[in-house]
Amino acid sequence: MRAFVMLTGCALACTAADNAVLIRGADVYPVTSAPLKGASILVLNGKIAEIGARIAPAKGVRVVEGKGLRVYPGMIDSATQLGLSEISAIRETVDTGDLGEFMPQLRALPSVNPDSEHFAVARIAGITSAITFPAGGGGGGGRFGAPRQYIAGQAALIHTAGWTWEEMAVTGSAALYLQFPTPRPPGGRGGFVPENIAELAGANSASTFTEMMRTYHQQVAEITEFFEEARRYQKAKAAQAAGFVRNLKFEAMLPVLDGKVPVAIAAATPQRIHDAIQFADQQHIKIVILQPRELGSAAEELKAKNIPVVLGKVLALPRGPDDPYDQAFTLPAEADKAGVKFAFGTFDNEFVRNLPYEAATAVAFGLPQEEALRAITINPAQIWGVGDQLGSIEKGKSADLLVTTGDLLEIQTQIKHLFIRGQEIELSSKQTQLYERYLKRQ
Amino acid sequence: MRKSWILALAVLAPLWAENIVIQNATIMTVTKGTLRGSVVIKDGKIAEVGEKVMMPQNATVIDAAGEYVIPGIIDCHSHIAVDGNVNEGSVSVSSMVNIKDVINPEDPAIYRALAGGVTAANILHGSANPIGGQTIVLKMRWGKDAQGLIFEGALPGIKFALGENPKRPGNPPGGRGATQTVPARYPATRMGVEDTIREALNEAKAYKAEWDEYDAKVARGEHPLAPRKDLKLEPLKEVLEGKRYVHAHCYRADEILMLLRVADDYGFKIRTLQHVLEGYKVADEIAAAGTGASTFSDWYAFKFEVYDAIPFNAALMQRKGIVVSLNSDDAELMRHLNTEAAKAMKYGGVSETDALAMVTINPAKQLGIDSRVGSIEPGKDADLVIYDKYPLSDYAKVQKVLIDGQQYFDRDTDLSGRPAKALEKQKLIDKEKQSSPRPAGGRRPVG
Repeated sequence: MRAFVMLTGCALACTAADNAVLIRGADVYPVTSAPLKGASILVLNGKIAEIGARIAPAKGVRVVEGKGLRVYPGMIDSATQLGLSEISAIRETVDTGDLGEFMPQLRALPSVNPDSEHFAVARIAGITSAITFPAGGGGGGGRFGAPRQYIAGQAALIHTAGWTWEEMAVTGSAALYLQFPTPRPPGGRGGFVPENIAELAGANSASTFTEMMRTYHQQVAEITEFFEEARRYQKAKAAQAAGFVRNLKFEAMLPVLDGKVPVAIAAATPQRIHDAIQFADQQHIKIVILQPRELGSAAEELKAKNIPVVLGKVLALPRGPDDPYDQAFTLPAEADKAGVKFAFGTFDNEFVRNLPYEAATAVAFGLPQEEALRAITINPAQIWGVGDQLGSIEKGKSADLLVTTGDLLEIQTQIKHLFIRGQEIELSSKQTQLYERYLKRQ
Repeated sequence: MRKSWILALAVLAPLWAENIVIQNATIMTVTKGTLRGSVVIKDGKIAEVGEKVMMPQNATVIDAAGEYVIPGIIDCHSHIAVDGNVNEGSVSVSSMVNIKDVINPEDPAIYRALAGGVTAANILHGSANPIGGQTIVLKMRWGKDAQGLIFEGALPGIKFALGENPKRPGNPPGGRGATQTVPARYPATRMGVEDTIREALNEAKAYKAEWDEYDAKVARGEHPLAPRKDLKLEPLKEVLEGKRYVHAHCYRADEILMLLRVADDYGFKIRTLQHVLEGYKVADEIAAAGTGASTFSDWYAFKFEVYDAIPFNAALMQRKGIVVSLNSDDAELMRHLNTEAAKAMKYGGVSETDALAMVTINPAKQLGIDSRVGSIEPGKDADLVIYDKYPLSDYAKVQKVLIDGQQYFDRDTDLSGRPAKALEKQKLIDKEKQSSPRPAGGRRPVG
């Protein structure tokens, strides 16, 4: 552990003084424009200062020879718990999913552990930023018998390198995580029940079906009431009403009510997406749909209302026993054809490094390759409100750059150099160190 | 479940032809190099492989121009096609139970595995006990009954398990939210796991001695009273006799070494170490023991004992001379073991052929079925996968899968059959709605 910290430290510190880098003669994939053959990129003070066919290096500028290599913008994973969860099976190492039904005031960012081993693993695979969500998987959030949560807190957009969470922060409050209710048949073993036959197969009598829907509507009403209460608070605050008392929960809701921070809502099916959209319309809030398993009729609605979606996992089983085997593989292509804006998320710290391979699987099943690349770079940057800072190789943007041996989405491609905010990061993790150590065992 | 099975069968009844020629393909034989040419299949077996082949009469020709043929993928660790729970967790030694008795041929995971190029899999009991239940090797012959799935002639196995999983029942949960306490089951530590295994082997050794003595007397023409059959010890006796393979779930280097030494003490070999994520730390010892290793490509940190897991594990173990396979232990991951193999090339620089071997001939060797499957060679079973693109890439997808020369998966057929399938499903739903008026408040049994 100590050795790892010192190595990373050196990687960051050694280049800190030398903050100009020229990547020379590489094939550059800016994502937002056509690829450039044999181009150079000048990095100054953490930003992309220049992109051109020929840039002469000033004295003292570190030159990275890019001949035969490619340069891509760093990848962004739109659904992780990086820094919040170390070993998912050990509760003491997990800081997601607290207690309480409505907890908008909980902030993921200050709980991000910059020395989590996951960061090095993710960044040397090219994931330079990530959304880290406070929901699920922890002590609360419905797990270990704890009561369910509706609002789990605020997700952060972070860089995957930095000495402190402050340094890592891109956006402290990138989204509010809302667990929207789903009608669930009572009892049973939690097996899959297609919605259109829930009445027949799961809730096996008219009364249990009615009961299920009643519970669902009650839950939606509870959420609605919380939002209404927050709105009343907002008005009282604006009016400087007598006896106004500052409330942290409702303070945290203000940017959401103002439409400055989107609400991320997990919704698996077209019906649930529709419900979420309806709720967003009623509340006049911005939303992002997470992890749909089917889009169907909701695709049109998402497109019409310009609501973005986080897709993942691509490498997932179909929902029902008789759904097409490639249902999850083809969903991104379906979203693309419908004109829905989307980004990919891995939804699991242990698989963050496989983000580009999830995207590639979608390509195998019909998604245009450029769109797959966009969905792990510029799309998430735009969805999370930092399209002007991250997600492409453009002048003035953060120098989050990957120098690779080939196609970024191919498994066999290796990353040769990695820059986050212009700083070259050593391609080392606990895993590479163990590898090197045991290579030497005779 | 039954409905979906019938639906799928109607669409996907395997095509059967005596002679098949797959031509114009890039053929990655694994054991005999890669070539452009044809594979000739006769009576379910590979008859010829070459750039130019003798066209048999009345052969069905599959034109695979631009496509790739590899041997059927073999998953050395899977729990699909099991009816219900895979763990008989009530006892520390559950060697009396057998996965063979609970095969569910209607599990859609079989079809999905096929669609991912898997033609055979080692179906294991769970890891709740230091010594678990008996295991079975299946071929993914979707549509056949339970008996028809069994890989005929493959030696059966037994699951052993070390570390956190088997000791978990000794440490019942009692944290926040716990509403009931479960009585603890020995063992609760790695020490106890070793002891449980030794105690059972000790019993099995004594049991074997009884039977050996009995058999010797019978051989001498005597008429002794037979010892009592013990269903728990019988499979362990087979282990001691080398007639049953031990597939041992393990993670940490210490426990791996422990099990190798226990096996030494009782005079048998562990056939495969499963998961074996710290195998790279004791690769010399594993290699010296002649034990195979079946691992994940890149899983890590999902629990404490895998915190030192590294994606270079397969490469490091292979370099030390261990027969290494990459497995799934997961119905989803099982569908893209080809890309798991590609990861062995990325992490640790395993060659293309060696990487492909990790999901074909190596698991075949580990399961003792390499004379039948695992490579494209004349005389072997025609278990083949056709990919549209270079298969060690995440851009590739499976087009066709043959087992015993019969086509069990065809992507075009799957796609073209979908509208009819959807229609049939809707009809069944409508019929169900009509035929069962809602009872007022009563519960109706669900079939």
